[in-house]
Amino acid sequence: MSAGASRDVGMMAEVSQSSDLAQGGSVEQEGADHQEHIENETCPETLQAPIDISEVEPTNTKLEISDKESHHGDEDDSRNDPNHSLLKAATDAINEQCSCTDGSLEDKPKVSDETEEAPSFMEQSGGLVEEEEMSNGGLKRDSKETTKEDKGSLDAGECLQQSCNTDGETDIMYDCSQPPQPMHTTGEEPLCKDTTDGKDTEMIHEKSPEQSNIEASPNETKLNNGLMDSEQRQLEDDYKELADTASDNTLEDSGDFPGISSVVGGVTSDASPPTTPVQREEDVTAESWRTKRKHVFVLSEAGKPIYSRYGNEEALSSTMGVMMALVSFVQSGNNAIRSIHSDAQKVVFLQQGPLVLVSVSRAPQSEEQLRKELQYVYYQIISMLTQASVARIFERKKNYDLRRLLAGSEKILDSLLDLLDTDPGFLLGAVRCVALPSPLRDSLSSILTKAITPNLVFSILVAEQKLVTVVQERAVIEDCRLDPADLHLLLNLIGASSAFQAGEIWTPICLPRFNPDGYFYAYISYLDPECTVCLVLLSTDKESFYAVSGCKKKIQEAMEAQNSLQALAGALRCCSYSVSLVGVPELLHFVYKPLDIPETYRQLPQFTSPETDGPYSSEEERQRLFDLYRYLHCRIHSSARPLRLIYHVAEKETLLAWVTSKFELYTAFSSLVTKVGAINVITKLLRWIKREEDRLFIRYPPKYSTTPVPGKGAKSSKSDRTDSSQNGFFTGL
Amino acid sequence: MLPHEESTDSFKLVLLGSTDVGKSSLVLRYIRDDFREIVSTTGCAFFTQRINLQGKNLHFEIWDTAGQERYHSVCHLYYRGARAALLVYDITSKETFSRAQLWLQELQKYVLNGKMVIALVGNKSDLHDNRKVSTEDALAFAEQKQLLFMETSAKTGSGVNEVFEAVASKLLTLEKQKEENQHISRISLQETHSPSEGHRCCTSL
Repeated sequence: MSAGASRDVGMMAEVSQSSDLAQGGSVEQEGADHQEHIENETCPETLQAPIDISEVEPTNTKLEISDKESHHGDEDDSRNDPNHSLLKAATDAINEQCSCTDGSLEDKPKVSDETEEAPSFMEQSGGLVEEEEMSNGGLKRDSKETTKEDKGSLDAGECLQQSCNTDGETDIMYDCSQPPQPMHTTGEEPLCKDTTDGKDTEMIHEKSPEQSNIEASPNETKLNNGLMDSEQRQLEDDYKELADTASDNTLEDSGDFPGISSVVGGVTSDASPPTTPVQREEDVTAESWRTKRKHVFVLSEAGKPIYSRYGNEEALSSTMGVMMALVSFVQSGNNAIRSIHSDAQKVVFLQQGPLVLVSVSRAPQSEEQLRKELQYVYYQIISMLTQASVARIFERKKNYDLRRLLAGSEKILDSLLDLLDTDPGFLLGAVRCVALPSPLRDSLSSILTKAITPNLVFSILVAEQKLVTVVQERAVIEDCRLDPADLHLLLNLIGASSAFQAGEIWTPICLPRFNPDGYFYAYISYLDPECTVCLVLLSTDKESFYAVSGCKKKIQEAMEAQNSLQALAGALRCCSYSVSLVGVPELLHFVYKPLDIPETYRQLPQFTSPETDGPYSSEEERQRLFDLYRYLHCRIHSSARPLRLIYHVAEKETLLAWVTSKFELYTAFSSLVTKVGAINVITKLLRWIKREEDRLFIRYPPKYSTTPVPGKGAKSSKSDRTDSSQNGFFTGL
Repeated sequence: MLPHEESTDSFKLVLLGSTDVGKSSLVLRYIRDDFREIVSTTGCAFFTQRINLQGKNLHFEIWDTAGQERYHSVCHLYYRGARAALLVYDITSKETFSRAQLWLQELQKYVLNGKMVIALVGNKSDLHDNRKVSTEDALAFAEQKQLLFMETSAKTGSGVNEVFEAVASKLLTLEKQKEENQHISRISLQETHSPSEGHRCCTSL
């Protein structure tokens, strides 16, 4: 299997460097407006897809890749000559480098002053920086991250790599925020020489003791107890102090709830640590905990645990302390730790303001994908607290226990992490729509467009966690659209809170991609007794509950008049479709994201995919398929070598991923399909989607609702509440 | 007649208490007679419930607030105009009981001249093996502060309807008193008014 992996890497190099080398597994086709590269991985040994993927991860450190390649290269030379020679050509220098590191990696921990020659990695991290820029949107970043780096001059010196030999290999990657050095191309020289900046060199040597630390605890579970204990004590002392300032530390508006701490007196000082739900009592020393597929931790800069996917954060405070130690150690050298790679696991770090998010994953995902997931976790936290208030809280009190404010939200984060592992929407940055006949969707949209009240900015209709339609207010959002990430977070919140199924909910919520520092007030209510159709109305006025509730009544009445709820229920019954509808037996599954959306509509990115039935009805198989999609996605979107088309023969199926200017498509075929057959199937599939696209997607989004003249909108159900439109949102416009 | 009927019709009731004491479960049991593992409430949840008590139709507007600190900023909005409050604590947690006392102090800031009906509710009475707050303590506190007091279990349903009914009947009694007061003032008003009206009548004639 790793043989396949090594060839795979070779192919990558080949494809990006010389597209005319169409020999062996690489086929070049003439596309309509682009080149297509088909990669063929016919090796029957690509059995264990996950492991295979982890090995070819483009973000793997060079050492790891080159190391394996040099071994497998020998084994496979005869079988895979062209590829290997290409590989050699591409990674010549690294192979040489590797042969010397091989020897030195055997027993003692060594700070290998290895050179990051490989352009792939340099570009990769360049891409990462860009990615962060993009995904951060309007977020404030600390100066380090914002340092705009010229992609071209992002050189090896910025991407330090150190490796030590634990049970396998552990590579620590972190990038430097020093001013970029001139492009360095000679791969053979040790790093400390080519980064002429003394600081870098110094840091590598400083790093050595830290290395041995990692040695001692390869899985980050053991720790320096003495240090943590004293810190812990200090933190506990701080609780008491905190109790006095508790009200200051709460949300920005919680001046509205003043004095509770002063009344609390002795009561809260011991009561203030939040009561953690009992269900999370998982033994964090148990093997079952250690072998979880993916851990996610959130901690504060003071090393205080905030969230852990598994186990009680309290029990993990020492582990998190170690993580924070790693982060701050690298930080002390004006640097930022990005990831640690070992044979079986990746540890990915993301620092966002005062929060540090860490993912420890055995899943075959790229570092970039893991970081994106951490970004979603961060956004979900922000969606509950806003970025500004999190920043303010930690400004005032470095070791504030954020779980106080996040109490009860573990379920929401848990469910987000589950979704991230199952829903391609997060990966694609697109939302899944309910398949509906377009006249029905249009009529529902027009109902929403009509039920308006001042300060109501978004009306969203959701059924079974999928989008039916969304209407936005013109004046507020004309040049801004609802980001799919925000919608994902919102849908996750709704899905995770069964409490929503009763009554009408009114809650502050922040849409981090829209505005990370401000709250919307969300009205959430189910429209049918079965709780499948959910209406979400977002207002900017926290006092407008009754007015917004009046809108819901109006919407409900209109729906009853038009019988839309029944029509919707009927459509929902046949909404999820089987892949067999396409009528091609070879096709097992697909994910399709149209890209030809008219920009003028500011349409939400959408995607569609059939039910995971047939061979993918079991949980494991579904996960396996999703892992394969992730792998293809990571290859397609690799910033170093973006691909247009991948033909990938996996253990149980053949996959083809294809990106054009019009769509992004991932398909899974039965393994008996041929290349030509697959292309034929895709042609049929595209034709089918074209026929169905009015049903599958929101093709023509509803017009904006216009700002109602105050008083003309929905009648408030209660007249005792006047709609104050003195919200900052409107006055600012 | 008309204003008095409106005022008996609709009562705003808020549920307050720490996280995880079972506020939403109480409401769910009361409204739907259902019990589920509920995750914590997000923000506030609004319910309406019609009940018939002593031959009168009452309309409860129930605000179930989230216990979490982060939602305090929104939820306090809904104390305003509230006619009744349930202060909920968990009998297996002393902390939640102390917290309930704080909620009371908080609440009293918003209550106009003590016209609010407040009930102290010890929930999770099915878990009596783990009881940490004795009935006596709670009762003593309730008496001292003139609160209604009851222990309930949203899980088994014991005491849930009783709490809401007790609150409703107390509200009705208060209404009746108020009504009587109003009646008196109305009569006196009419007394002072009628001569002038008569006077006007006379002049118009």
